[in-house]
Amino acid sequence: MTAAVEARGLGRRYGRRWALRDCDLDVPAGRVVGLVGPNGAGKSTLLNLASGMIEPSAGELRVLGGRPGQSRGQLAKIGFVAQDTPTYAGLSVADHLRLGARLNPGWDAELARARVERLGLDPDRRAGKLSGGQRAQLALTLGIAKRPELLLLDEPVAALDPLARREFLQSLLEDVAEQGLSVVLSSHLVSDVERTCDYLIVLVDSRVRAAGDVDDLLTGHARLTGPRRDPADLPPGQHVVSAAHGERQSTMIVRCDGPVLDPAWTVGDVSLEDVVLAYMSAPPDAAPRRPALEVRK
Amino acid sequence: MIWLTWRQLRVQASAVLGLLAVLDVVLAVTGPGIADDYARGIAACHGDACDIFARRFADDHRALFIGTGVAVLFVPAIVGLFWGAPLITRELEAGTHRLVWNQTVTRTRWLAVKLAVTGAAAIVAALVASLAVTWWAHPLDAASARQVPRLTPIVFDARGIVPLGHAAFAFVLGVAVGTLVRRTLPAMAVTLAVFAAVQVAVPMLVRPHLIAPVTTTTAITARNMESLMMDGDKGAVHVRVKAPEDGSWTLANDTLDARGRVVSSLAMDLDSGPCAPPPPGDAAIDGGPSQACFDAMAALGYRQRVVYQPADRFWPLQWMETGMYAVLALVLSGLCFWTVRRRVT
Repeated sequence: MTAAVEARGLGRRYGRRWALRDCDLDVPAGRVVGLVGPNGAGKSTLLNLASGMIEPSAGELRVLGGRPGQSRGQLAKIGFVAQDTPTYAGLSVADHLRLGARLNPGWDAELARARVERLGLDPDRRAGKLSGGQRAQLALTLGIAKRPELLLLDEPVAALDPLARREFLQSLLEDVAEQGLSVVLSSHLVSDVERTCDYLIVLVDSRVRAAGDVDDLLTGHARLTGPRRDPADLPPGQHVVSAAHGERQSTMIVRCDGPVLDPAWTVGDVSLEDVVLAYMSAPPDAAPRRPALEVRK
Repeated sequence: MIWLTWRQLRVQASAVLGLLAVLDVVLAVTGPGIADDYARGIAACHGDACDIFARRFADDHRALFIGTGVAVLFVPAIVGLFWGAPLITRELEAGTHRLVWNQTVTRTRWLAVKLAVTGAAAIVAALVASLAVTWWAHPLDAASARQVPRLTPIVFDARGIVPLGHAAFAFVLGVAVGTLVRRTLPAMAVTLAVFAAVQVAVPMLVRPHLIAPVTTTTAITARNMESLMMDGDKGAVHVRVKAPEDGSWTLANDTLDARGRVVSSLAMDLDSGPCAPPPPGDAAIDGGPSQACFDAMAALGYRQRVVYQPADRFWPLQWMETGMYAVLALVLSGLCFWTVRRRVT
């Protein structure tokens, strides 16, 4: 598996505040990767670093094998849809496509035209008069028609209503399937990435808490409910991610290598959101230096 | 990139060039008439009458003379404020730098094209204004060569090629301030303040010394005296003499005593004695002080030292100042490249 993004000890500081600190992370290529985490986890900083918008203050970062930054070769390989999907309010949709065509040697004019048509965007309409969803689609069109190898999307649907969200992610999936490009999509909502991504990275406070195939994350975790007991008593192969104890009963989200055989437990399925929230809420001190979970093929 | 730059500039460019077109039409319509009047008047006069005609001609057109000069002075300021300052802050405020800097164009190239195209437009705007006004004001500059030579500050700033240097500097100053301040309105305010300060400081502190000025020391005579005045409150008496050449820019006009020191006041009485004004009704009142007054000054050893830039240095000074502003603009451009690559995110 080749890495689309590889970070080692990566950090970025604004003044005295670290927006991202000592981050180790591997993003596999050829996948649609969801990057989830609470606000302030460093998702946006990470994507801005990967696109070359900002430079690291510490550590190493390689994107598609190269150092992100200000070379044309690297810029051509990466599409970046920044947060709030910026577009030029005074320029029309057609102007934006023209901008894309003029500024990108690999521009796929036919793809851009077809996409705008499919979305029903009026080419003469100014971007400032488009709805939030349409503006996001226009920004995505610029990112895709550039024909990058890696597409980075920084909270692209955060400001959209649920319907526009679904349309945006749906159209993203269609184009990704056609072009086979790598995608990293950040969101603080699990539901956004659940529908779209096949690989998930949970980032909390610059640390990767969990990373793996969405399917493996779902099958590799279980909710155990049973009489109250110490989590340390669990057999090997079962690791507590989060635990809630009542007076007489314990509920735990457990990572398990095999089936749970202890008849004292009631074993329940978990949703992706359960797993992500369990990893997010685990106490930071307990978080291991390496990701708590790494599922590799 | 050139297309995008022009697409983003065209509204502001049209506004400024539209205003300049109006100015040029006004100048083109009025210019030939003013030139004809002046040529006819000068051809018809003799001796001192020519001076009187020129003075009256200049006075008659004072408002237009000042107005057109101010128009040329405004072009660099407008260009710096409305083209320079928002060039990058507008992108930062709308977040569109994150769109455009992720196309397959390096920031260096993006900025280079923006600076080159918009900067060229700024220089063209200044050229259009300055050439037209310099041509139009030619007879007025000739008529007022004695009182307001074109080397004097403000007139100098609105003629020839210095407005081009001012425009290039103001534009890049606006861009540079924008990359540091990052918000449009504060950037415009800072640009205006800095540009105004430079525009005041250069004529006072820098321009007089671009070429070493000429210093002459002469006797005070009826021919060269410009004024003899008494300062009302302190009773200080001052003399000014004319520079030896018409059209000079006088930088200093000091009276020296017999030992060669600058005096703050002449030890003379203007109420009585040789320098007292003649009694009312005397015809000599228009002719200035009597010869006895000048003799008295000479007897006390008073001489006048004049420091000035001669009229024929107009173009050398124009080229030097334009070059100086061009260098400043280049230095600020370098700062812009550095901040856009390193600091602005």
